[in-house]
Amino acid sequence: MNKLWSLLFLAVPVGSVGLFIWAPANGHWWPKPLSSYGADIDYFYYLITVITTIMFLVTELLLTWAVFKYRSDTPGRASHWHDNKKLEITWTAATALILLWLGVYQIGIWKDVKFPGRFPKDAQLVAEVTGRQFEWRFRYPGADGKLHTVDDVQTVNELHVPVGVPVKILLKAQDVLHSFFLPNFRVKQDAVPGVEIPVWWKSTEEGVFDLVCAELCGWGHYKMKGRITVESPEKFQAWLTKTWQEQEATR
Amino acid sequence: MIESSGHEGGHEAPRGFLRRYVFSTDHKVIGIQYFLTAVVMALVATVLAMLIRVQLAWPEKAVVAPETYVSLVTMHGTLMVFFVVSLALVSGFGNFLIPLHVGARDMAYPFLNMLSFWVIVPGCVLMLASFLVEGGAAAAGWTAYPPLSALGKAVPGSGLGQTLWLLAMALFIASFTMGGLNYVTTIVNCRTRGMSMMRLPLVVWTFLISAVLGLLSFPALTAAAILLLLDRHAGTSFYLPAGLVFGNETLPHQGGTPLLFQHLFWFLGHPEVYVLVLPALGIGFEVIAAFARRPPFGYRLSVYSILVIAVLSMIVWGHHMFVSGMNPYLGKYFSIVTVLITVPFSVLGLNLIASLWRGRIRLDAAMLFALGLVSAIGIGGLGGLYLGTATSDLYFHDSYFVVGHFHFTIGTVTFFGIYAGTYYWFPKMFGRRMDEGLGRVHFWLTVTSLFPMFLLMHYQGLGGLLRRTYDPTVYAYNAAARGLNLSITLLAFGLGAGQIVFLVNLFRSMFAGERTGENPWQATTLEWTTESPAPHGNWRREVPSAHRSPYEYGRNGGAEDFVLQSAEKA
Ligand code: HEM
Ligand SMILES: [Cu+2]
Ligand SMILES: [Cu+2]
Repeated sequence: MNKLWSLLFLAVPVGSVGLFIWAPANGHWWPKPLSSYGADIDYFYYLITVITTIMFLVTELLLTWAVFKYRSDTPGRASHWHDNKKLEITWTAATALILLWLGVYQIGIWKDVKFPGRFPKDAQLVAEVTGRQFEWRFRYPGADGKLHTVDDVQTVNELHVPVGVPVKILLKAQDVLHSFFLPNFRVKQDAVPGVEIPVWWKSTEEGVFDLVCAELCGWGHYKMKGRITVESPEKFQAWLTKTWQEQEATR
Repeated sequence: MIESSGHEGGHEAPRGFLRRYVFSTDHKVIGIQYFLTAVVMALVATVLAMLIRVQLAWPEKAVVAPETYVSLVTMHGTLMVFFVVSLALVSGFGNFLIPLHVGARDMAYPFLNMLSFWVIVPGCVLMLASFLVEGGAAAAGWTAYPPLSALGKAVPGSGLGQTLWLLAMALFIASFTMGGLNYVTTIVNCRTRGMSMMRLPLVVWTFLISAVLGLLSFPALTAAAILLLLDRHAGTSFYLPAGLVFGNETLPHQGGTPLLFQHLFWFLGHPEVYVLVLPALGIGFEVIAAFARRPPFGYRLSVYSILVIAVLSMIVWGHHMFVSGMNPYLGKYFSIVTVLITVPFSVLGLNLIASLWRGRIRLDAAMLFALGLVSAIGIGGLGGLYLGTATSDLYFHDSYFVVGHFHFTIGTVTFFGIYAGTYYWFPKMFGRRMDEGLGRVHFWLTVTSLFPMFLLMHYQGLGGLLRRTYDPTVYAYNAAARGLNLSITLLAFGLGAGQIVFLVNLFRSMFAGERTGENPWQATTLEWTTESPAPHGNWRREVPSAHRSPYEYGRNGGAEDFVLQSAEKA
């Protein structure tokens, strides 16, 4: 009876592994990465996953094994064993090394994504983005390539960017915190009132995708939805010109 | 070492119901008062959780309004962290156990102790009352980030509800500070003869470090809250920059930044995680030792790990702010210290597992929960790697991956610690046992619903589903992830039902449980050398001295396989 009870602890590792196999097969995985650094971020994720999977399985199986092997109905008394310097030093050092390596390894990717000094030099300033309750406002530099001039093009919840070139936005918020999240492109950056934060990425595929607010910004947070259209640079220019003309016509 | 203050050996218990059970200065009564208060608050917080889950499973029915949803999430988180887990685990078990474990007749400052409880009571009342005021309860998340929490215009709950939230938190902090002072003083000064620091049961070490961390970090939240109150009511601009626009109105604030609050909040918030998790691990060590019948593995290493965690936990707060707009150069530093803090944490987990080796394991309900706790540490700790490194947090931040992760750590590890502790020390609290059969049912119902539920949330996060989202169907990208919501809600109902078994067992056993003697588990620490329930003053005779380590299990030779810590050496 005791034997059976102890084996029930296998449910945790077996169940978790089962989920891990079931999930990707049923679409519970992240969306395909569509930005140049998206693939690096995903790669790092898989790296952690390899390490965590091994650590998880080893510890869970040891736990179950101990509960099974050292049941109270096995003959004899427990041993008073309570120290083993070698073992203690080994696993402290081993986890420290693996984890430190992981922490150091990822710095390169983080730098490429977030350090303004390392943004691609040719990144094209596409728009100034302002979050407000509960919409995204975009201001594109018009033909003169400069923001806050008369030929700026303005849209609400409609972001267009050219594919294949590094693009840059300037992120702002006018009332509370928001967060600019493009799940498919692995872009996430909080928008903070009073601060202007540059964000860059390079889209690798054309299409229309969700722009999501990822920071609680009030009762309507859930519906603060925008749309990003990634298209060829020519189409992007054409869209910009067309939108400018529409804007002029309604002025 | 000093004899504990106040009550000497023959001191009489106060008569009269009020002095004995209501305005009591007896640490055991106060511990139980905290525990029962936490049970009440847990009921509320769980009902809120169920409402959240109902909304998420059937968003098209719009069971609650969007602004109510945000309040529900905020209050569920706040109540669970500060008014359930803190109260039950740290204040409840801490009060009950520390004097018994160190060999003192009461806490160092019994009156302060009583005061700490009677300060938290109005705190609870204010928190609950905030549901009834205009605009509803606070709605800026349990993290209360401004400007949302600073401006009444920003969200309905940011009116009186948020003010009450801040006042209730102030009372909580005051109470927790009094408790922490008592813990530190009692553990440092009131140990019995022979109870050197290295002879303290590990759980006492965890209470000590938890209290120290609380004392060091809560002042940051106090400051943050005061500045927030000033911004809200005195027109200051600590967190508010120039140029805030709501509708057509530009606010007159200038010069502040919301990031200041985030730094102050997480300077508390991260240590708070360890304030809660460490005592749960401590209980894990005690229970595993008693039911594996051997000393915990690596006592010294565990103590050092706890100390290292304490130091590191004060300097990792920025991992909650990787994408907050904080200077990205700091992301580098905070990633490294964060992976470093995982090391002592893994060591504690590995020590817990090694503590089973060559034992003789009895699977009583207390032990089941202690083992479940070890599993949960594994999942929670490993999940933390994804969030502690800036590069992957970039994607997971504010997603359901985070929700799954912290429910394993500050949710499950702590709750399993509370459950293990309750089954284990119930005899010492009430002189009766809890029902073992119901205990096992409770455990298996809990594990089979809780683990899949919070694991599935990790996958939802991987699919990009975001927390604090009232109706995820607005978006297309998360279709697969939100498809799991119904299953998760059903699992949550199962989990809730499992807890009813616990409550029935708890209250039935208080009055009708099987009576027990001094030491029902054949355990070694000092609390098992007095009668059950422990009398006023803890020992009717002289306070026992500590003559050996607290874990003399697995001893061969004698008739018993254990030796009490108070047993004199031959
Ligand atoms: C009965 C079991 C529980 C269920 C079903 C549950 C469910 C949830 C869900 C679904 C959310 C996310 C809501 C959202 O972001 O939209 C949440 C948030 C949260 N929960 Fe729980 N929870 C439970 C127990 C706990 C426990 C034991 C804790 C202990 C500390 C806890 C602490 C929190 C916190 C801190 C938040 C974040 C609140 C915020 O975003 O401001 N929960 N819970
Ligand atoms: Cu939002
Ligand atoms: Cu943290």
